[in-house]
Amino acid sequence: MKISFCLLFALLVPLAQAQQPAPDVLVKSITEEVVAILKKDQDIQAGDPKKVADLIDTKVVPHFNFIRMTRLAMARNWRLASPEQQKELAGEFKTLLVRTYSTALSNYRDQQIDYKPLRAKPEDTEVTVKSDVKQSGSSQPVSIDYEMEKTPNGWKVYDVKVGGVSLVTTYRDTFASEVKERGVDGLIKSLAAKNRQPERQKAGKT
Amino acid sequence: MAKAKRLCAALLLAGTLAGCATSGGNPADPLEPLNRAMFVFNDAVDDAVMKPIAKGYRAVLPGMVRTGVSNFFSNIEDVWISVNDVLQGKFQQGLEDFTRVIFNSTFGIAGVFDFASELGLPKRNEDFGQTLGSWGVGSGAYLVLPILGPSTIRDGLAFLVDTQVDPVWRIDNVPARNTAVGIRFVSRRAELLDATSVLDEAALDRYRFVRDAWLQRRRNLVYDGDPPREREEQDDDEPTK
Repeated sequence: MKISFCLLFALLVPLAQAQQPAPDVLVKSITEEVVAILKKDQDIQAGDPKKVADLIDTKVVPHFNFIRMTRLAMARNWRLASPEQQKELAGEFKTLLVRTYSTALSNYRDQQIDYKPLRAKPEDTEVTVKSDVKQSGSSQPVSIDYEMEKTPNGWKVYDVKVGGVSLVTTYRDTFASEVKERGVDGLIKSLAAKNRQPERQKAGKT
Repeated sequence: MAKAKRLCAALLLAGTLAGCATSGGNPADPLEPLNRAMFVFNDAVDDAVMKPIAKGYRAVLPGMVRTGVSNFFSNIEDVWISVNDVLQGKFQQGLEDFTRVIFNSTFGIAGVFDFASELGLPKRNEDFGQTLGSWGVGSGAYLVLPILGPSTIRDGLAFLVDTQVDPVWRIDNVPARNTAVGIRFVSRRAELLDATSVLDEAALDRYRFVRDAWLQRRRNLVYDGDPPREREEQDDDEPTK
């Protein structure tokens, strides 16, 4: 009896250690960490774009699957791109999304985030983590939903929906038209050009 | 009323045009050339007038006051929201949203405070366009309205109904009405300031980005935040295994 208990324990411990944090726990802990830094850091509050970008790079980016995001935005045109082009596309798209996210974070004021209970079965490999963000000066909360997939390296975000609007699929039509008019290389060039534009003065700061 | 009729006629005309206009792009946007022109016009008006006013509004008034203004108009809107709940067959939700009005109008001092949300009755988003959508009316062509911005044929027509029953538009005293409508517009624009700055950063083609985001947003609202997955999402994004 005792031995079997010990055996069971010995088997369970490594299992528990191998377990990745649950998707909702992951989203919540990252958000809380980033928000805490945002609130503390004077440079970020003064609107230092470099610092915000660094913060996102170290804390947020590792939890996103940019290849899948790019593939989703490209839809059927993804197959038209060579492996090289796919890599370039994903790189440029990542830069664009990170910059967009930086802008959103620089606008951050006092917001209250409520997480809704996760509706998922333990064996699910794709889940949606839902949250509501209540902003000061506004009567309507905005929903932010994270579409996540289970990978060997933990849960990764592959889409973010703000008020039901997907950050990824909203690009679909734009990407498709670019590819149709100017080819995959044309799209890569447009993305690169957009990314080279100086970051706009934050509207929220004026 | 005459204005409503004119807008109605314009919408119908746009709908007819939608039937015959040729365009290269998105099937949801047969009026693209027209819409793009209106989009440019709206952007110019926004940059010159709306945005500066909204920024001033935000700079001058503290967050608490702005929330109060926003809540006040939001409370008036809740009456029509609960009617739309019922029209969509969501009786429980209709009751909840009407309870919101009662609570917020009294304890919330004419709606300035949103107590109902604290009590677990969250603010909802409904309008007549969503009601039509829930009845199975398709959205029709994408349509950019003057000043008001993104809409569709269905939502544009439904907006006329929304306006007809809107208590703010029905205030008898014209200067008072215009002031109320104006303040509400500025309050809403101010709420969107951050969103528009993010939009400028995100979009490769602002027109397309706004259009596609808007259409997704409306679809999401019609399905109350839980739209069925679109076929394309499953077809094309998965690599062949």
